Amino acid sequence: MASAQEESDRPESDRPESDRPESDRSRAGIPVFGTLVPGTLVFDKPAPRRPYAARGLGDRFFRYQLTATGLAVLAIMAGVGLFLLLRAGQALRARGFAFLTTAEWQPDVHRFGIAAVLTGTVLIAAVAVTISVPLAIGTALFISDVAPRKLRRTLVTMVDLMAAVPSVVYGLWGLFFLQQHVIGLSRWLSEWFGWIPLFKVDGTQPGEPLASESVFTASTFVAGIVVALMVAPIQCSVMREVFSQAPAGEREGAYALGATRWGMIRAVVLPYGKGGIIGGTMLGLGRALGETIAVYLIISPVFTIQPHILQTGSNSVSSLIALHYGDASTFGMSALMAAGLALFLLTLAVNFTASSVAARSRSGAQSEA
Amino acid sequence: MTIVETVVEDTPVPIAEAAPAGPSSGASEPVLPADRPRRIGGVSRSGVLSLCGAAASGLCVTVLLFGQLAPFSGGLGFTVAAYLAFLAIYAVLIGLEEDGQAVRDRVMTVVLWTAATLLFSGLFMVVGFTAWRGREALPHGNFFTQDMQSSGPLDPLTHGGIAHAMLGTLTMIAIALAITVPLGLACAVYLNQIPGRFSRFVRTIVEAMTALPSIVAGLMVYATWILGLGMQKSGLAAGFAISVMMLPIVIRASDVVLRLVPGTLTEAAEALGAPRWRTVWHVVLPTARSGLATAVILGTARGIGETSPVLLTAGFTAALNADPTSGPMVSLPLAVFNFVKSPEPAMIARGFGAAAVLMALVLVLFVIARVIGGRGPGHQTKRQARRTARASRRDMERFDELHVPGLSLFERPELSHPTGTAPSVPATGEND
Repeated sequence: MASAQEESDRPESDRPESDRPESDRSRAGIPVFGTLVPGTLVFDKPAPRRPYAARGLGDRFFRYQLTATGLAVLAIMAGVGLFLLLRAGQALRARGFAFLTTAEWQPDVHRFGIAAVLTGTVLIAAVAVTISVPLAIGTALFISDVAPRKLRRTLVTMVDLMAAVPSVVYGLWGLFFLQQHVIGLSRWLSEWFGWIPLFKVDGTQPGEPLASESVFTASTFVAGIVVALMVAPIQCSVMREVFSQAPAGEREGAYALGATRWGMIRAVVLPYGKGGIIGGTMLGLGRALGETIAVYLIISPVFTIQPHILQTGSNSVSSLIALHYGDASTFGMSALMAAGLALFLLTLAVNFTASSVAARSRSGAQSEA
Repeated sequence: MTIVETVVEDTPVPIAEAAPAGPSSGASEPVLPADRPRRIGGVSRSGVLSLCGAAASGLCVTVLLFGQLAPFSGGLGFTVAAYLAFLAIYAVLIGLEEDGQAVRDRVMTVVLWTAATLLFSGLFMVVGFTAWRGREALPHGNFFTQDMQSSGPLDPLTHGGIAHAMLGTLTMIAIALAITVPLGLACAVYLNQIPGRFSRFVRTIVEAMTALPSIVAGLMVYATWILGLGMQKSGLAAGFAISVMMLPIVIRASDVVLRLVPGTLTEAAEALGAPRWRTVWHVVLPTARSGLATAVILGTARGIGETSPVLLTAGFTAALNADPTSGPMVSLPLAVFNFVKSPEPAMIARGFGAAAVLMALVLVLFVIARVIGGRGPGHQTKRQARRTARASRRDMERFDELHVPGLSLFERPELSHPTGTAPSVPATGEND
């Protein structure tokens, strides 16, 4: 009795237990109990009973241990940004704002910047997301609503498995297979849509089928297709997860009101899964921005801003690092670190956007619980 | 959803004839003679016929278009044009007997099938191509037992192999797991067990880091371990880089799994007076064991396949090196990357062989994850159930020895429950 009394006299604030969901639940339950037994001394104050054992030495140690782990993980994660910033400082101080606007990469004569590589990175990621998102949404809807019931589990496993295939395998496929077979598509696109600046290819004339094929290889477009195949399973897996959580009651309500299956998808599944679509797209975009090896194997690096996605030559931040880390001087390494920092900040921004969008939407809120 | 679909699947194929009520069905079910469930999915004869008809005529129209009418050419253009013609004709065919809603539904169903087929065939092509090209190197036994130290680019496939890369991959992933598993699982437990502003912050950071570009993880270790502390490039550094990359993935996946542990179980443990750490050790972690294993294995699959952190931190060697603390070390993806940069066909074949081995490794890990993770939290295998039952029986015997009179829970079952409602044995064993 005495210990319980002493317990309830303690102020709320020094009770580390108080923010646990379990004790929240019991706090919600106790006042009812107290009114049921009004005469009892212990239940006079509507405060939660704190488990006696929670104050034991073992538990305190356990708590410190876990908090230390959390701190360690946080330190590692913060260390990534911090050390990059420290190492990049030298290069950033030397170039200042011009680091963002210069397209060349000659750190040893102090003429370098990420304008070209950043443009290339964003273009490759944009091509990848443009191709992968319709495929991923279609496949996710297919798995969650259209596919024969017996097939669904297999398809889910296959998508998850594809998401785990190493990126170097995709790179091999792009380098040895896609490169040769995509030229026809590139040529067709440049012939019919060459008037759009994005699809323009220098060095070919419309209606000249025998022009050199080498202007179409190793382009942003090829790299984009490979990265698209790489990120589509990840996006599809996120979207399918959310689509399959769309409430069965609402689905059946839509059917009961006379909707066809597509009508139901448009009225229930897609609005419900909007957060998942955006979150999945952003997750894929983050992967696409950071992809190194597949892009490195395919593109032929150029250090000018190359807005023509079908034309040979492109670049990305990560392949720039992979290309130059070996032969870099100390200052060159600092410049590469600065490029890495820019990539890091870009993906971080994309990720934060994704998680905040997903958290605000209805589907995201429910998967959080 | 389920109700509607089961109803639909039970009906045979009665869509083409729209007669109000067949006399036979009316006789057997007099209550609802004209009520037929509306079809939502499934296959009907007219549907199949219009699909085939549309496909045939779409093909014909395209052949006509490409051969006779317009100056189009190219295999891909043909496919796209044929598909578009097929869609249009299919829409018209459906429109002959259904309303606009149904037309849209059917057309979109076909489009969704197409999207899934495209994606899966693309992915199959990627995996199949690598496995197919790997067939040249894989049958040679020396490919798995030798390293590349004494083999040059011009040597045939009967010389040299990827033993050094396989050993390197295993060493690096072992180092990464030794760091990731304790740290990652403890951090996931922390996020779940000690909520508060700080742990919410940690969770946000971890979630943002899940898509950390792998090359940035490599750069970080390069900046700290190699440039900062002046260490060599080694397998240990590569293991660190892979850990930095894997850690957020493992934490996030385990966090989700731990959240699924039923609150009733932890509350029961607390109600029995268990301290928090005992609750975690004996209730939360065993309950989530299969899910945690899946999380770790999926993180491992990602970590094994990454090239760029290893590229920056491990260096490159053609020789077998079993010591992760000194000297360069090579992993499978890095070996693939280096093999295929060579113009020699034998080297490229080795690259594809190594990639096939890597894929097989990922596949095996994935299958293991599926087998372990197939059960949800709280579901036990037969062996676990037997062990739990044994522990409970021991507890019962212990209680019997204590034999406190007046507490009916601890009485012998045949004494306190003569009518046969004896407490079943395995219900209490969660704590052992």
